[in-house]
Amino acid sequence: MIRDITLGQYIPGRSLIHRMDPRVKIALTFVFIVFLFIASNFEGLLMMVALMFLILFLSGVPLSQYFRSLKAILFIVLFTGVLNLFYGGGRVVWRCPFFPAMQITDGGIGNAVFISIRIVSLILFSSVLTFTTSPTELTDALERLMKPLKVFHVKVHEIAMMMTIALRFVPTLLEETDKIMSAQKARGADLESGGVMQRIRALVPILIPLFVSSFRRAYDLAMAMECRCYHGGEGRTKMKQLHMTGLDAAAVACTAVFCGAVIFCAAYFPASLR
Amino acid sequence: MDYITADKVTFAYEADENEERLEVLHGVSLGVRKGEFVALLGHNGSGKSTLAKHFNAMLLPSGGKVYVDGLDTMDEALKIEIRRRVGLVLQNPDNQLVASIVEEDVAFGPENLGIAPPEIRKRVDAALKAVEMYDYRLNAPYKLSGGQKQRIAIAGIIAMEPDCIVLDEPTAMLDPRGRDEVLRTIHKLNRENGITIVLITHYMDEAVGADRVVVMDDGRVLTQGTPREVFSRVRLLKDHQLDVPQATELVWRLRGEGYDLPECALDIDECVAALEPLLNS
Repeated sequence: MIRDITLGQYIPGRSLIHRMDPRVKIALTFVFIVFLFIASNFEGLLMMVALMFLILFLSGVPLSQYFRSLKAILFIVLFTGVLNLFYGGGRVVWRCPFFPAMQITDGGIGNAVFISIRIVSLILFSSVLTFTTSPTELTDALERLMKPLKVFHVKVHEIAMMMTIALRFVPTLLEETDKIMSAQKARGADLESGGVMQRIRALVPILIPLFVSSFRRAYDLAMAMECRCYHGGEGRTKMKQLHMTGLDAAAVACTAVFCGAVIFCAAYFPASLR
Repeated sequence: MDYITADKVTFAYEADENEERLEVLHGVSLGVRKGEFVALLGHNGSGKSTLAKHFNAMLLPSGGKVYVDGLDTMDEALKIEIRRRVGLVLQNPDNQLVASIVEEDVAFGPENLGIAPPEIRKRVDAALKAVEMYDYRLNAPYKLSGGQKQRIAIAGIIAMEPDCIVLDEPTAMLDPRGRDEVLRTIHKLNRENGITIVLITHYMDEAVGADRVVVMDDGRVLTQGTPREVFSRVRLLKDHQLDVPQATELVWRLRGEGYDLPECALDIDECVAALEPLLNS
């Protein structure tokens, strides 16, 4: 349910991937995505897919979970796949009898398969990150990864704090929305019938009280934070320290090998996209 | 020497244009001794919450002075020191918790104080054990009951190792069970950890267990003393639209009808002890 959003898509576990430093996980996910686009032929892509299956296996998350996250993007994969069928060079395989301009070539089929694999891998790689890392770990890691941006006066601590608070208040505000909806229904508000415009208009009496109470909560929270000596990121410590271990070094080494292989493939085999 | 001293404190909210300056406190003088359990009573608008927020420099007096452990709250540089010594727990438990995991929320205060990570861990564990919520340390706060959330909020204050905790109507939004849990926790902290407690409430029954009861009315201290002293002044309290505990009320009314009863019964047990001979005769 949406109520469990605090945990996001996180699936608790103790696998090798779960135990990795979240900073390394974020960085490596980024690298994977970049290399998915560097791989320009099926040989290189095969390397990335092999790496992906290795990671999926190590994550200990049931495959059914991954399928579920793919279902959400099925439409996009089909759409780009079908579209790519018609854009490609090479031998014509099929020509539309009504519009001769619409034709499927063997190059187009290759492109469609290639791009579909690319998108699916992209989603699976990022799913591994969100499935094995809790939102608090993610915000924590992001705060530390973004620290160098302080040079450019980016308020890194404040952004991370806002993310933490936002995550914390999502379930609270959902509960509140439920309550307000019930209260308005009890007064005869009709939220379920009518056209789109009418339904949007029906949301106003829910959004306004929600807004007002959010501000009241914000005021209370700010006071509670001050009572607990909050004074910005200056001089703040963290209870949970992030540590990189041998596990993270191994993961980086493993990634380097596969990425090296992708570069090798890109150099020695012809590009598959036509 | 008092731990917290309020000396002729006046406080007025800054008025907008065309509005009269609204003075909420009219010269309140009050001391809280170290290790004491003080209950601050009064109905809405009596200024009790406003006074409480002066105890950790959340509000600054318009006139008069507030000292905490000898530190002047008007001194901006001492603000963090004062708030480390006196923690404030608010009414709504939902709006005080910052993090989405219990133990991380409790760690928020010590983290702000810049304490070393291993020491924070120790304090968080100790604080959670003190409020009997250690088993819930990895839970998400929104899945806990109101009483449990309020105890987490208290743990978040204890982790800063304060000398005093001020609680602003901590039970107002809780069900009777949550109220019992929170009260028991507060009493335990006072008794076993020697933490000074200032409990603001409008439930008279909660004040019975305190060392001293201070009754506020219209921005002034109306009366104060031990619970027995204060609640025997039933007439005075009634004149100011304040209630007394139900047991006290019953005995007082029966005395008014001419029955021979002790002057004051604070709780049900005392009330029973007082009525038993009367009913048996």
